[in-house]
Amino acid sequence: MSVETERSSTESEVSGLDYEETALTLRLPGGTSRVAGSELDRKRGFSETVELGLGSGAPVGTRGVASTDDQSDESPESQASVAEKPPAPKARVVGWPPVRSFRKNVMKSCKLVKVAVDGAPYLRKVDLEAYTGYHQLLTALQEMFSCFTIRNYPDEERKLVDPVNGTEYVPTYEDKEGDWMLVGDVPWKMFVESCKRVRLMKSSEAVNLAPRAQQS
Amino acid sequence: MKVQSAMFYFPEEVIEHIFSFLTHHHDRNTVSTVCKAWYKIERLSRREVFVGNCYAIRPDRAAARFPGLWSLSLKGKPHFADFDLVPPDWGGLAGPWIEALARSCPNLEELRMKRMVVSDENLELLGHAFPKFKALVLVSCEGFSTDGLAAVARSCKSLRELDLQENEIEDRGPRWLNSFPDMCTSLVSLNFACLKGEVNLKSLERLVCRSPNLKCLRLNRAVPVETLAKIINQCPNLEDLGTGSLLADQFSEAYVSLVCALQKCKKLRSLSGFWDVSPLCLLAVYPVCANLTGLNLSYAPTVQGQDFINLIQHCVKLQRLWVLDSVGDKGLTVVASACKELQELRVFPSDLFAAGPATVTEEGLVAISTGCPKLNSLLYFCQSMTNSALITVSKNCPNFTRFRLAILEPRKPDPATNEPFDEGFGAVVKNCKNLRRFSISGLLTDQVFYYIGKYAKALEMLSIAFAGDTDQGMTYVLNGCKNLRKLEIRDCPFGDGALLADVTKYETMRSLWMSSCDISLRGCKALATKMPSLNVEIINEWEAEMEENLNNGVAEVISNNNNKHFNNGNDDRKVEKLYVYRTVGGPRSDAPDFVWTL
Repeated sequence: MSVETERSSTESEVSGLDYEETALTLRLPGGTSRVAGSELDRKRGFSETVELGLGSGAPVGTRGVASTDDQSDESPESQASVAEKPPAPKARVVGWPPVRSFRKNVMKSCKLVKVAVDGAPYLRKVDLEAYTGYHQLLTALQEMFSCFTIRNYPDEERKLVDPVNGTEYVPTYEDKEGDWMLVGDVPWKMFVESCKRVRLMKSSEAVNLAPRAQQS
Repeated sequence: MKVQSAMFYFPEEVIEHIFSFLTHHHDRNTVSTVCKAWYKIERLSRREVFVGNCYAIRPDRAAARFPGLWSLSLKGKPHFADFDLVPPDWGGLAGPWIEALARSCPNLEELRMKRMVVSDENLELLGHAFPKFKALVLVSCEGFSTDGLAAVARSCKSLRELDLQENEIEDRGPRWLNSFPDMCTSLVSLNFACLKGEVNLKSLERLVCRSPNLKCLRLNRAVPVETLAKIINQCPNLEDLGTGSLLADQFSEAYVSLVCALQKCKKLRSLSGFWDVSPLCLLAVYPVCANLTGLNLSYAPTVQGQDFINLIQHCVKLQRLWVLDSVGDKGLTVVASACKELQELRVFPSDLFAAGPATVTEEGLVAISTGCPKLNSLLYFCQSMTNSALITVSKNCPNFTRFRLAILEPRKPDPATNEPFDEGFGAVVKNCKNLRRFSISGLLTDQVFYYIGKYAKALEMLSIAFAGDTDQGMTYVLNGCKNLRKLEIRDCPFGDGALLADVTKYETMRSLWMSSCDISLRGCKALATKMPSLNVEIINEWEAEMEENLNNGVAEVISNNNNKHFNNGNDDRKVEKLYVYRTVGGPRSDAPDFVWTL
């Protein structure tokens, strides 16, 4: 199995123009500096990003790139922790995956978050961009787990109630900082922007959860 | 014995009548080359013309040759333009074509364009120049706005079809729907699903009311359930429906109306849209599932898990299914058990950067191939694939005509064996003798191209990315694939040796695209010199970006000699993007500064 020659001219496309190369003259990108060695260096950088980002079991050694071998050898803990963390954002390659721009733009304008209900066996996803405010969202949540009805409290707290056993559920969400907050505390747009996922928590467990409080 | 040339005694009308049985443009092209008489008869009686590359012939010449033209299909930009690899303002202008047709082909009824730049003025002209105009189909086009649509609606009195698929359309307000004639329209098919803006709902309802022939209607996201219900009630005979936003409260009147309306749709065969769909609204769709032949859920990321499974189980007659990978291998397994008539499957990525947990893998594909033996067309984005799965799939489904597999991470090997995917894709070309379109991905060496060259004899279009080792790879393909028409390559180590391996081959093909490969200016110049019947175009990326910056007012011109740097004597420079195509039109006159025709 030959070690494939890795060619990636995508690095410059990814980071935008290679300014050093085009600074003073009008010429083609790459120009005379397209020497095999420098290309290879750039390519190594690309593959490093990809390899580390994976944190997968694929032996880095087969890629034949010495630098990544060293890294994997010297710190098994860090490799393990890399494997556990969500993969680092991969280097964005222009035009890959081959999806039409129209479709890409539509997907960009989605804000999908997972919705979990304490005690329910499955998750659902909602697109927060599809709703105009909290009422629509809560109505949608109610329908999804359709055994609930919304109970409105005079102090504007919104709770969902399971009519079968009377358990109350409080809609909560995890924000960008990892804190669990009550749904409804912040303006809608701010919520959409900062929400990572939603959990319908049993009221009994949500007692300690005050607006903008840290979860103990 | 005297041999009589009987054909000379046939009146032209008879020959024309014989030709009328030749419907495919390949056959018509062939008979036109037999002799001058046949050329003349053929061209005057030709009704449909397909131009796969709008720069292969000058519009004036094409229009003048076929004055009786009813229907023209045109394709503009190279396919990779869909993935942002072609700079804006590259070309593909519809204007010269519409103007030429306006001069020579007054009977034009249909115009289909793909990846072309169309302006509002062009659409305005379309409306005025062709009194019999009936059908406009625009796919992946850009450059026009809703004002242009208004012009078409207003002027084309016998318009039957207005089909807009995934175009970039500037929104200038919802008034265009009012522009259709006040009396009954002849609309049979209306698709504006790609419009991003608001729609005047009352106008839409009124339009539907006065369009008794409507069979296909695809709405955009701005149309709510209330309006959808009213519309369906108005046309219970709809065969093809694209919903708007499918969000409704359980106890709302809108939802109840929708449920009732859908139950009346006995002729519905194709469903799409499903924007923002809630699980509840999915339930409303169940009654029509049993007769569906086409289902497009690829813009509905919230349809997954059990919701999807419950829905798809009803779709027993499904032939065409487009979904997102969020349905998972589990969802695909259910498809395999329920949809025995499936012919076409497309699985799009919901997460472009593969940052989340794996959604569909080789398991889903193998399940589909096992359960759906009629499968002949596949587009599959996945995070993981194996050679063994590909081999199994190719044996289960030998009827593939289109096979496109995109493993999301470039150059990823088979995780089970750490080998490249040469054997897997090799099996596909070996077992699927009718393969016409092929896209490959993952880690690949020259070996896969050896297989393609050897076995893929029916192949017409091949797309390659991040693959191969040496020039030999590309050479195998050029030498072996006798029917190859389009070859597009990106980020592969093919150089001048490959490019020049068989230069006459390009005359038998529509086009070649190579970007981020290893070709040099010297090689491209050599190709241009040897093959004057080809346009060899080089795209200068830096120049293109400068042009865009100039247009946006971000940069100033510091030199007028735009092309000077192309020719500064260093022919060893690598060429970033190359587009080669056969043409009888010569170098194109509308090439922007950043495109250099050698």
